[in-house]
Amino acid sequence: MIPVAAPASQLPQAGPLPNSLQLTPDGRLQHLLTVEGLSRDLLNEILDTAESFANMNEKAVKKVPLLRGKTIVNLFFEASTRTRTTFELAAKRLSADVLNINVSTSSAVKGETLLDTLRNLEAMNVDMFVVRHQQSGAAHFMARHVEPGISVLNAGDGRHAHPTQALLDMFTIRRFKGDFTRLKIAIVGDILHSRVARSQIHALNILQTGEVRVVAPHSLLPAHVEDLGVHVYHNLEQGLHDVDVVIMLRLQRERMEHAHLPSEHEYFQLFGLTRRRLHLAKPGCLVMHPGPANRGVEIDSAVADGAQSVILQQVTFGIAVRMAVMSMVMGVRGS
Amino acid sequence: MSILIENARVIDPGSGLDAVTPVCIQGSEILALGAVPEGFEPRRRIDASGLWLFPGIVDLSAHLREPGEEHKATIASETQAAARGGITTVVVPPDTTPPIDSPAEVELISRRAEQACGVRVLTMGALTRGLHGEQLAEMAALKRAGVVAVGNAWRPLASPLVLRRAMEYAATFDLMVSLSAQDASLTGSGCVHEGAVSTRLGLPGIPEAAETAALGGILALVEQTGARVHVNRLSTRRGAEMIAKARADGLPVSADVAAHQLFLTEVDVADFNPLCHVMPPLRTQRDREGLRDAVARGEISAVCSDHQPHESDSKLGPFAETRPGISGLETLLPLTLRLVEEGLMPLSAALARITAGPADILGLGSGRLSRGAPADFVLFDPEALNEITPESWLSAGSNSPFIGWTFSGRVTETWVAGRPAWTLPAEDSA
Repeated sequence: MIPVAAPASQLPQAGPLPNSLQLTPDGRLQHLLTVEGLSRDLLNEILDTAESFANMNEKAVKKVPLLRGKTIVNLFFEASTRTRTTFELAAKRLSADVLNINVSTSSAVKGETLLDTLRNLEAMNVDMFVVRHQQSGAAHFMARHVEPGISVLNAGDGRHAHPTQALLDMFTIRRFKGDFTRLKIAIVGDILHSRVARSQIHALNILQTGEVRVVAPHSLLPAHVEDLGVHVYHNLEQGLHDVDVVIMLRLQRERMEHAHLPSEHEYFQLFGLTRRRLHLAKPGCLVMHPGPANRGVEIDSAVADGAQSVILQQVTFGIAVRMAVMSMVMGVRGS
Repeated sequence: MSILIENARVIDPGSGLDAVTPVCIQGSEILALGAVPEGFEPRRRIDASGLWLFPGIVDLSAHLREPGEEHKATIASETQAAARGGITTVVVPPDTTPPIDSPAEVELISRRAEQACGVRVLTMGALTRGLHGEQLAEMAALKRAGVVAVGNAWRPLASPLVLRRAMEYAATFDLMVSLSAQDASLTGSGCVHEGAVSTRLGLPGIPEAAETAALGGILALVEQTGARVHVNRLSTRRGAEMIAKARADGLPVSADVAAHQLFLTEVDVADFNPLCHVMPPLRTQRDREGLRDAVARGEISAVCSDHQPHESDSKLGPFAETRPGISGLETLLPLTLRLVEEGLMPLSAALARITAGPADILGLGSGRLSRGAPADFVLFDPEALNEITPESWLSAGSNSPFIGWTFSGRVTETWVAGRPAWTLPAEDSA
């Protein structure tokens, strides 16, 4: 017997593929939950749209009326400064009304479920949720349960995905380096716990990057990481050799407590990015970091603030990329 | 009451019988098989032409949620679901609320079961007081109260020393110890198999070694103590191989596997399907094939439902926050028979894994159709289709990824102790 499809019911259903959940039937972006499974064309369309907003952001009047009358809720279950403020600025520059809710300090501690929080906010006629949550899959869960017409943007879920961060990183690389197919790019650090790394790896592979490397000790690499389409290095010197871009990841202090690493000191000795090590990369190699950086742990200040660092540009471009995604899920385009 | 069932294809995997032959029932027992004894005057005759008759299913692991979690399910609701699924005996693990660590809980469950549809509800006692893993439970009292084994559900034990002492103490009373093979520290906060899917979804993984390391420790202590141990719900190929080797070496160990482990893999978790959140986690295709082979060869001698009904809220949330478990009573038989359809094993062997196999592990007299055995049996229509729909579902927990599947064949009647515990509703049997 062949299993037949379940009839529609109120039961929790098996999830559709990421694409069918985040795309409309005609292939338009409905939600942005993950980079995985997006087409190269759509990814480029997001970057092109962001390019037009980036130019606008450099002008004196930075506001357009594309999302006038729309209400966007920044729903953050985890602390964040950079991501939340750039989403907020992006929404404001599109003339939307923005509501910031830090749930870690409100309902969640009173025992309200994510679904209840969602339903209550929906009742206020919200058009878009920007959600950050400590659990992988939280954005998928919300997208599956929101009313039709409401969009969900994933601003980071557990270790799973941080698609707008990856997109702004792609935007940055494209701005400075152009054609991805010729590039060698290394992602260095705590891949195991990093949603940023997972989204970057998907994005780089969709854009057909010449070579994607991850550099980390075994204890900070997830199982079968090579299945994501990366070359694995355990030695930073070798991993940096001949690369065009190096992306450093933040090392959380609690990694020492759970026996992933012996000490910050030893980590910096082996995996910290210093000027001397940066010389092993291609001349003009870009230095990137999703922030906030731990100076002296994963990156030396001289490198973070050095000529090859584009860490602050990443932040600037983050606004344009988030404007692009917000306008696209609402079905409007900048020009 | 004396009953004669005629013209059924009678399949008794325990004895190898597979023939169209009469079955005589006297009171709660099977009086005769094969030939009607002289002078037997049945009060009732049942013409079971076209139907199969096989022993009632014995399920080694079914959470009925009572006492303590009646908002999820009750003994009344779940024994109905069991009977519909052809199950005549269920074993309740000790992690009720409060846990089954004293005769009072055993008696409470037995009393509730007596008021239900007739399905036999057996209890497993706690290995340690409160299932806290530190002090031993009063196993002798539990045994007197009627528990069929002792175990610690899936709660960890404080140390290998506690496990050793618990095994030794249980062996004193000839109590079987039922254990889970999952190392708590290697499991950590994991909620899926550690592998390609956990990496992709960013979900904390449970490595294969969480099972094999625990199993290695258990087997070493079985060798040391000689205690009779049953390993509940294996999930890895390697674990199945370790059990097979231990059995070949003559150790007194047995193992079961949950039916869903033979059909689903980690891939079914994508993308964040809470219905496939189970413990132990769904593992790789290689593990699934290894478990299937071990079941086919009889190294894993029982398949259980691992029934864990939940209210819908338990499955509404980000994956890791949902409760693990599948409501499995109503799909244990269909899934096991699917193994036959898929050519993995003959019908008689597949039925053995859910009847005589588990009954033998517990040392029960049921699970067989021999003369004098309890009249626990199933009448099954192999030609009918069994569409698993939300409307026909009886368990209070509708958390099953198999709702929507269609299986060939369905139970028409389930009998326990010579009385029908469930009959297919007339409108469905047309």
